[in-house]
Amino acid sequence: MAQHTFRVNGEAVTVNVADDVRLLWVLRDVLGITGPKYGCGINVCKACTSHINGKAFNPCSVQVKDVGPDDEITTIEGLPDTVGADLHPMQEAWLERDVAQCGYCQPGQIMAAVALVRKVRAEGRQITDEDLDGIRNVCRCGTYNRIREAVRDGAARM
Amino acid sequence: MTTTSGHPHAENPAREPGSPPGGVSRRRFIGFVVAGATLTVAAEIGGAEPASAAVPSVPQVPELYDLGDLQTHSALPTSQLIRITVDDHGLAHFAIPRMEVGQGITTAAAMIIAEELSMRVEDVRVTLAPARPELVFNQLTGGSNTMQSMFTPIRVAAAVARGALLQAAATELGATVASLVAKGGVVTAPDGSSRTYAELSGAAASSTTTAVDVELSPTSSFDVVGTPRSRVDALEAVTGRKRFTMDLDVPDALPTMVCRPPTLNGSPRSIDNLAAVLGMPGVTDVVAVDTGVAVRAATFGQCIDAVRALRVTWAGGTVEGESDDSVLARLKAAELPMAVPKVPLLTQTVDMRFEFMFRSSAALEPNCAIADVRDDRATVWAGLKAPIVAQRNIAKALGLPIAKVDVNVVTGGGSFGHKLFGDAAIEAAKISRAMRKPVKLLWHRADEPRQGRTHPMATSRIRATLLAGEVLTFEQRHTSIKTDFSHGLGERLTAMASELPAGLGNLGLAESIFTLTQELPYDFGVVTQLLSEVDMGFNTGSMRNIYSPDVACANELFIDQLAKKVRKDPLAFRLAFLRNERVKACLRKVAEVGQWGRSMPPGTAQGIAIHSEYKGATAVLVEIDCRPETVGRQIRDAVTGPRVTKAVIAVDAGLVVNPRGLEAQMMGGVSDGIALALTSSNHLQDGHFLEASWDNYFYTRQWNVPPSFECIVMPSDAQLPGGAGEAGVAASVAATACAFARATGTVPTRFPINHGTVSFTPKTFVPPVPPSPTDGLTHTY
Repeated sequence: MAQHTFRVNGEAVTVNVADDVRLLWVLRDVLGITGPKYGCGINVCKACTSHINGKAFNPCSVQVKDVGPDDEITTIEGLPDTVGADLHPMQEAWLERDVAQCGYCQPGQIMAAVALVRKVRAEGRQITDEDLDGIRNVCRCGTYNRIREAVRDGAARM
Repeated sequence: MTTTSGHPHAENPAREPGSPPGGVSRRRFIGFVVAGATLTVAAEIGGAEPASAAVPSVPQVPELYDLGDLQTHSALPTSQLIRITVDDHGLAHFAIPRMEVGQGITTAAAMIIAEELSMRVEDVRVTLAPARPELVFNQLTGGSNTMQSMFTPIRVAAAVARGALLQAAATELGATVASLVAKGGVVTAPDGSSRTYAELSGAAASSTTTAVDVELSPTSSFDVVGTPRSRVDALEAVTGRKRFTMDLDVPDALPTMVCRPPTLNGSPRSIDNLAAVLGMPGVTDVVAVDTGVAVRAATFGQCIDAVRALRVTWAGGTVEGESDDSVLARLKAAELPMAVPKVPLLTQTVDMRFEFMFRSSAALEPNCAIADVRDDRATVWAGLKAPIVAQRNIAKALGLPIAKVDVNVVTGGGSFGHKLFGDAAIEAAKISRAMRKPVKLLWHRADEPRQGRTHPMATSRIRATLLAGEVLTFEQRHTSIKTDFSHGLGERLTAMASELPAGLGNLGLAESIFTLTQELPYDFGVVTQLLSEVDMGFNTGSMRNIYSPDVACANELFIDQLAKKVRKDPLAFRLAFLRNERVKACLRKVAEVGQWGRSMPPGTAQGIAIHSEYKGATAVLVEIDCRPETVGRQIRDAVTGPRVTKAVIAVDAGLVVNPRGLEAQMMGGVSDGIALALTSSNHLQDGHFLEASWDNYFYTRQWNVPPSFECIVMPSDAQLPGGAGEAGVAASVAATACAFARATGTVPTRFPINHGTVSFTPKTFVPPVPPSPTDGLTHTY
């Protein structure tokens, strides 16, 4: 067992866990942060999508030893705080469009959408159909069209 | 997106609830005010309305009475009640005896209660009832039946509550019931004085349980039901606060996974490195159960590592050596002969066979359950659509009385039929018993396509004869690997009935369900549609419809060929032969909105198809792009292929409770239909399925989604809801297949169309799960 310190949703945390435990399980099983979901464990379904230092990543594929005290992990639970509001504009867009069906993939979808909008904006352009086609998050309920609309709507609100 | 809600329904003058019946009215029902300190009301389910014909309902009931224990039903005449409580905060509470899996039933139920109780939807709390064995027939979520079966009982209970609140208000405000107005949870008298439901809850309560005669408000007066509403759990979903089974905190229920056999349904003989695995970081327990070797550890990551480290000697499975081709050969051999009706000379015959591969019904939330089994009792938490059957099977597996097994129903991360069975709940209970500790069991994703339930492989052969533009005969022989219906009707008697020796019960049930669900709404002369099944030991179940997506796909493709034979346009041909006006209306609507027949470039085409089931109708028009530059577009680790570029679906689902929810179900149905037609299947090779994750099993992804989607909710004067959850799939798969045939000039006969290509490198079978990656930080964006 080793001690690992990093930041989650604005707070420094220290956990006692083996070096190679993937961050998803540190978040869920050790810290009780259950917003990021397990859907495959191999960085394919993207249900656990969260942010590290503002960029989208999948904690199922990162060992806890690879994050350090300066790394800021943001899960869906911490997303509103990044804009100092009760809800992030992307979450508001999601509610407006009533995107969720079962809801299981939704935290990952929203975190992916926020990162996509930031990325596209940094490139100085608007979201395109190709950008939306490139979202890898699985929604087994198939509410993909509402996701596409909400990403565009959320981008306009961000 | 266009959404048109149903138009107003037949007028029926409202009267005060509880007033004497004046003649026979089909709107009058009996409800109950239940003894208690706060207002609690109840209504019967199963009695108020005939249950649905879709899937497992009505027509089986007489058979079950023959087989079953009448005493159970007759001894408990008042036990089949659903209850609504109005608390002293003015909130209405209802524990629905169904499972929410994303289909929106908690939202719809809240809307119905708000409607009938004249209160805000936000003030209604709908939770999921635990297993209630006394509900016998009435705790199965399936067959798109929830709204059909629950609509009236919920209304009756809510109307009883409203009546009791008005009575209490009349006393307190010194006014007649007739003069009071209830709105938004407040009752107001003519003089302007008022009481809230919160204030009235205690006074409206009764010290005795009494039967009450109620009259339901006319559907024409609805102002909540029929309006688009967002999901009641939407905020929880988007904030990550929505709790699924694996998010529950049950003391000492540590993460648990199972090392599963390399072939389907194998079982462990021995663990060859038990001590080594027990010594791994975080691991607390390792035990063999019938399905594999279970590992309990501090984190799921450590379970995965231990599962990969285990060396197990396995006994063979149930389909050793079998492959897609060998199963297809068995199906072909089991196909029932055509009846060869006498037809005049000079007729033309069309004869085609379609093949449908195995498909995984797994949801994004894998099979999972929490179990805490002690010597004398057990408690289980899981997403269960038939919790009574799960409770019985858990009790049986543990040797405990049913009353000692508490089964809590947790909202599911999708189901699509997968959660009809309590596979994970039963397995978790066995593991907890063996370890003598609580466990939080999660199937690895790889376990799902490989060992989980599948939609069975099936073939559909159709032969029709034509003479002078008329269809004289239409014969269909659907041959399928056996579909497991041992979830019965969600009730223990039937579960036993379908486990009769030699599968007799199940065969009868399957044939009945096939007959009950397959409606061919065309005038095609002599029509016979028969099912035969082959039991080879696969783990099967219904998958967002039972037979319909395959049958409809075969039928509609075949009908396009008939149209071609008589040189008619597919739309005109269908309209000429359809006898169901609701189907025709849907078909005309999608043809109009989707501009059927518009000019399209070579390699692209439209397809149009219909389906009729669940007391409703659907029609779908799609446009597909099969041009090489589209088919060959490259996306990492993806199956791209032909792209459906537009989908238009029209649905007549009877009385619509929530058009926004219905549209969501249609959107999901189209996504499923596209996957079934084009990309998603399991490949069986040498006794096991090759697929192990979402990069092998190609459910529709954003790069397959039609950029243009439109749903039209057809107006209806129906007084009851039809089914919605599965209704969108069948016509979608059919329309996509028809469009593909028209775009390419080749009629596909095996589905999905890409099944012939294995588009991935299969992951290892020993160990049975892939390693957890470590390179996540190189894929940030």
